[in-house]
Amino acid sequence: MREFAYERAVDADAAVRAAAAGATFLGGGTNLVDLMKLGVAEPSRLVDVTRLPGSIEELPDGGLRIGASVRNNDLAADPRVRERFPVLSQALLAGASGQLRNLATTGGNLLQRTRCHYFMDPTKPCNKRLPGSGCPAREGEHSNLAVLGWSEACVATHPSDMAVALAALDAVVVTHARRVPLVDFHRLPGDEPQRDTVLEPGELIVAVEIPPAPGRSAYRKVRDRASFAFALVSVAAVLRVEDGTVADVRIALGGVAHKPWRALHAEEMLHGAPATADRFARAAEVELADARPLRDNAFKVTIAKNAIRSVLEGLL
Amino acid sequence: MPLVDVTLRVNGESLPLAIDTRTTLLDALREHAGLTGSKKGCDHGQCGACTVLIDGRRANSCLALAVAHDGSEITTIEGLANGELHPLQRAFIEHDAFQCGYCTPGQICSAVGMLDEVRAEGCDLDEDVIRDRMSGNICRCGAYVNIVPAILDAAS
Repeated sequence: MREFAYERAVDADAAVRAAAAGATFLGGGTNLVDLMKLGVAEPSRLVDVTRLPGSIEELPDGGLRIGASVRNNDLAADPRVRERFPVLSQALLAGASGQLRNLATTGGNLLQRTRCHYFMDPTKPCNKRLPGSGCPAREGEHSNLAVLGWSEACVATHPSDMAVALAALDAVVVTHARRVPLVDFHRLPGDEPQRDTVLEPGELIVAVEIPPAPGRSAYRKVRDRASFAFALVSVAAVLRVEDGTVADVRIALGGVAHKPWRALHAEEMLHGAPATADRFARAAEVELADARPLRDNAFKVTIAKNAIRSVLEGLL
Repeated sequence: MPLVDVTLRVNGESLPLAIDTRTTLLDALREHAGLTGSKKGCDHGQCGACTVLIDGRRANSCLALAVAHDGSEITTIEGLANGELHPLQRAFIEHDAFQCGYCTPGQICSAVGMLDEVRAEGCDLDEDVIRDRMSGNICRCGAYVNIVPAILDAAS
């Protein structure tokens, strides 16, 4: 691991000043420290933001404001989250392991990097790690990589479960400088896969805000084993049905793209439609019609369609 | 890069250290404090052999930088027994919940933290919950069939 200087930020201003001088923010470290051990990340200076004030506060509209340093397990266990935003609690508990969730922070979870094998291995080319070096994943080991929104430069997926739930909840990322809707926070790779998010260099996430959920919500994660594995496909959904008709629906997919994939085509088709399994299945077909599976991951398309239908049915 | 002064509280005792910033909490415990109960398995947060309690919460000490835990209260497997064995230590012996024993300190520290988490959430405990909540602790001998009952027993 490369040598680095360490400092602990006393407040957000100090953290932003340190970052402006070249420091990298350190949250729980569960991803960054790992990447530093692998030689994928080589910061020369870390500014620890885990002791900045982090609490979960009520918003006047009935939503919640989650401090960036709130740990994943604390957020999952919060009674308000469990009662009003079960999709978020379920997504958090589906992620990582208990001991990782005690370290991982809300802000850090959003900023974790892809687990694409080529990105994690500095001996291999990777456009995300070393722009212009190429993408061996497209023809190589890609069974757990993207089926939607990928580019010639990068077929990586975003690994977060929490972010998928936040996408379905219309969350807003609050930085020290501005507010960014979560669905616009992560990027598709395009020809700049090295940029995971729209954050500017040195921009500090201070909180995530979620408005009241407009219906019942749930998260389902499909993976190679029952626990402690990244999603092959995950679905976060919020659904409100009135008189047998879909009054409100929000669907986000994980494990399928470079960012949490908001299923806008499916949502549009379902608004005002009968809330039936058949309609849910047809909406899922429409959403996945644009999928471009790679050689070894077409199974994700089938899983995604089935999971969308099944999660929505479960919310009836 | 100069060494940095850090003071950990380990198993109730103050542990002042002068360390390289790259030192993980696991290496600080094993190499500097001589507490070799916490084990280095994968060193990447995937196996759980290094699990300790940081301020009472289970965490992978291999991914925690020691310098980021200045002032933290660390409990390792060596600090769980208080005159007599911790109930989880006793349960692991009674249920023969190990074969080689390498993962056991992490399993036990993780189970202590896990039971606190489940109690705080008020969620019911059964074998499925234990298997899910303990999935961050790998046992390559496959002693799970005895680990799960040991934890269930200690919890009741």
